Amino acid sequence: MKAFAELLDRLSWTGGRNAKLRLIADYLKTTPDPGRGYALAILTGDLDLGDARPGLIRKLIAERTDPTLFALSYDYVGDLSETVALLWPAPHTRANADLSLGDVVERLRETGRAMLPGVIAECLDRLDETGRWAFLKIITGALRIGVSARLAKTAAGMIGDKAADEIEEVWHALAPPYRDLFDWIEGRIDAIATKDAIAFRPPMLAHPLEREDLAALDPADFAVEWKWDGVRAQIVSDGRGGAALYSRTGENMSRAFPDLAQGLCVGHAALDGEVLVVRAGAILPFSALQQRLNRKTPGVKLMADLPGHFRAYDILSLDGEDLRALPLSARRARLEEFARTIAAPCFSLSPLTDARTHAQIAAARMNPAAFGAGADGPAVEGLMLKRWDSPYLPGRPRGLWWKWKRDPFEVDAVLMYAQRGHGKRSSFYSDYTFGVWRAGALVPVGKAYSGFTDEELARIDRFVRANTTNRFGPVREVRHEPERGLVFEVAFEGLNRSARNKSGLAMRFPRIARIRWDKHPKDADRIETLERMLDPA
Amino acid sequence: MFRRPRERAAPRATNSDMNADASAQILTLTEAGLYCPAGGFHIDPLRPVDRAVVTHGHADHARPGHRAVLATGETLDIMVARYGETCFGTGQALAYGAPLKVGDTTVTLHPAGHILGSAQVAIAYRGARAVVSGDYKTRPDPTCAAYEPVACDVFVSEATFGLPVFRHPPPQQEIGKLLRSLAQFPERTHLVGAYPLGKAQRVIRLLRDAGYDAPIFLHGAMGTLTQLYERHGVALGDLRPLEAADKSVAARGGVVVCPPSATTDRWSRRFVDPVVAFASGWMRVRARARQRGVELPLVISDHVDWTELTAAVEATGCRQLWVTHGQEDALVHWAQQARGLAARPLRLLGYAEDGEPEGAA
Ligand SMILES: [Zn+2]
Ligand SMILES: [Zn+2]
Repeated sequence: MKAFAELLDRLSWTGGRNAKLRLIADYLKTTPDPGRGYALAILTGDLDLGDARPGLIRKLIAERTDPTLFALSYDYVGDLSETVALLWPAPHTRANADLSLGDVVERLRETGRAMLPGVIAECLDRLDETGRWAFLKIITGALRIGVSARLAKTAAGMIGDKAADEIEEVWHALAPPYRDLFDWIEGRIDAIATKDAIAFRPPMLAHPLEREDLAALDPADFAVEWKWDGVRAQIVSDGRGGAALYSRTGENMSRAFPDLAQGLCVGHAALDGEVLVVRAGAILPFSALQQRLNRKTPGVKLMADLPGHFRAYDILSLDGEDLRALPLSARRARLEEFARTIAAPCFSLSPLTDARTHAQIAAARMNPAAFGAGADGPAVEGLMLKRWDSPYLPGRPRGLWWKWKRDPFEVDAVLMYAQRGHGKRSSFYSDYTFGVWRAGALVPVGKAYSGFTDEELARIDRFVRANTTNRFGPVREVRHEPERGLVFEVAFEGLNRSARNKSGLAMRFPRIARIRWDKHPKDADRIETLERMLDPA
Repeated sequence: MFRRPRERAAPRATNSDMNADASAQILTLTEAGLYCPAGGFHIDPLRPVDRAVVTHGHADHARPGHRAVLATGETLDIMVARYGETCFGTGQALAYGAPLKVGDTTVTLHPAGHILGSAQVAIAYRGARAVVSGDYKTRPDPTCAAYEPVACDVFVSEATFGLPVFRHPPPQQEIGKLLRSLAQFPERTHLVGAYPLGKAQRVIRLLRDAGYDAPIFLHGAMGTLTQLYERHGVALGDLRPLEAADKSVAARGGVVVCPPSATTDRWSRRFVDPVVAFASGWMRVRARARQRGVELPLVISDHVDWTELTAAVEATGCRQLWVTHGQEDALVHWAQQARGLAARPLRLLGYAEDGEPEGAA
């Protein structure tokens, strides 16, 4: 457990992707089975030990510390798990042997609710500060270290020479602690026997299409689909009443969308599609879906108010048959046939558009309602053009699938705060908070990290350093007065109301479109301009 | 000048409890900080005074401008190195353990284990004794004399890490983290932020003791004090200045020790994708470490942690505990509830809240 706790601790401080990969791969390389397998399962989210409630942890610490000292400490540290990890009294006799991760996992898995407090206390007694922190984060389901399932699998592959996609292909046949996976990666066995179960298939992704590219394409070669403003997902049902919902990166989202995972355990298939929130037949704006995504486990009321919905546009397997090598035209036929057998209200088939010519395609992008999207028009964020003859290939193969997004929204906003970036940008101020005018003052409306070249970054960085008016830890406040300051042209995909931000607004995918060295802050946009761009609620 | 020997012996108090009069005469609080009326001197005064006893060389304790300063020879050296020869009128060095009559009191200095030359100031007057400990730590540190518990009636303590969440790990364990990272990321320079007086030299010494004998590169602000440590017999191995930008190439994959503020300023941009480490007791609290943008926090402190702090207070056998600065609420609560001591927070404002003023100031 010590080595794993140190890994989690180190990961929690590490921003760079390559550094994270190396840390995980080194750990997996040097840690024996079964510990490393359980570690991998915790990183990929396939081993869920997060059942302990904060109240239980509070009770345990209250039995062991002076209430005033606990209150002062909690107030200072600001995080319950961390406070308890640091405050937990060292037992008089500490077992010398490290509590292994395998022991921890086995104990927690076989412990019922009644015995849980005792087992947790015993584990805490046997761990050091970092160990207690990691343990508490794991058992309260609050481990946030910026590692996706995909990243963890990529790291696992690196200890041999397996690609993440190869691991994804066999993942469904594996269970923690993954001894056979490591045997395979390290070359002790040639292959893993796979059976069709609830398996995630790495998704096929599209390239962005520019207007100029369209003329070179023959519309007859392409299925023209709607690009929905939801979250890409895969639902896999095993034909025996089990189903799982996966994100694009292979995170299991079943717990966040039990309405879908349970509502769609029909048939025996793997479907590619979009998660949306649909109430009374109408797709709700992205902000509604965001509320669902914010909750790891939604309550009954939230699910009734904001029901999850799966809109399918591809089928990857059916009744145990892998369909991915078939052309899209054949898969589409199988999908439509399959969809007719599904009566669940949380399921629909994503329709093709009525656009058949270059002109119609361009027009459908601007006016989805007129080309078959009807009342769902506002939930369309663009078009997908997929070659009818394309097989379903993992990753982003060239020339097969295109996405053509609606033009982004743009506003002129003023740089207000800058923060240093991560990894190779760590020496530059590369994360920007910008604002627009409201009643004579600037109010922050978003943050952006991308959209500029290295030269531009260096120039903005110089500007930030020369115009710092205040510092808060790693954040610098940058001069933003009517006549002095820096204006960004900010592009974004949509805008929602949000109680979290001072401005009451939240941008989706904001990025810097252009740096307006020529403009003064007083020329920037006003909040009213943004409010007119709000998604219809 | 401090040397004003008096022959007349102070009458001994009849019991070991100080009476109110002796208590007020031995130590009181003035606008300039702690003052000993019976001896006529301030301790670590916050503004220029006639006569100051200085516990150690950190900027918030050792300030320039006093007429006469009494301190260990090391502390006087440090003050001169930092502020110049004219930073005080006269300086008088007092060795650890040597008694000196000052006014009606007898003053002795005792090792505080905090940094080179750091001392606790013990003041004896009419059979009572007060100890002003300055900043201190009780665990061994190869770069300074070991802390020595001094029995007293009034113990004046800092409380920089005066919360039970602070339990510093063994420094060797933290150095181990740094060495593992050096092995794991051999192409990345490791920038170790450390306060230039005390922490920097201790980190270097700990690295050497752990068997790291490659050259260690120093930020320009580190040179003077590091040389001073070496003159006082603290061997630090192969150190190289890193003033010119091209030297940063030589440091690739190695250790660069710099002031904490340097890890976030323009200077650090000469290094490609460095691992930024910071050696401080504050690294124990994630929110504090995050503010610093640190990738490798090293929990290495030159102050006592909670366990050591409470043990040190108990070991003095004091009846009164005065808390100068830091997290005084928890320590005062503990002293009153758990130990039945008369405890008072002094809330001295001039001392660095985080106990380590060198990089922040
Ligand atoms: Zn100090
Ligand atoms: Zn101090």
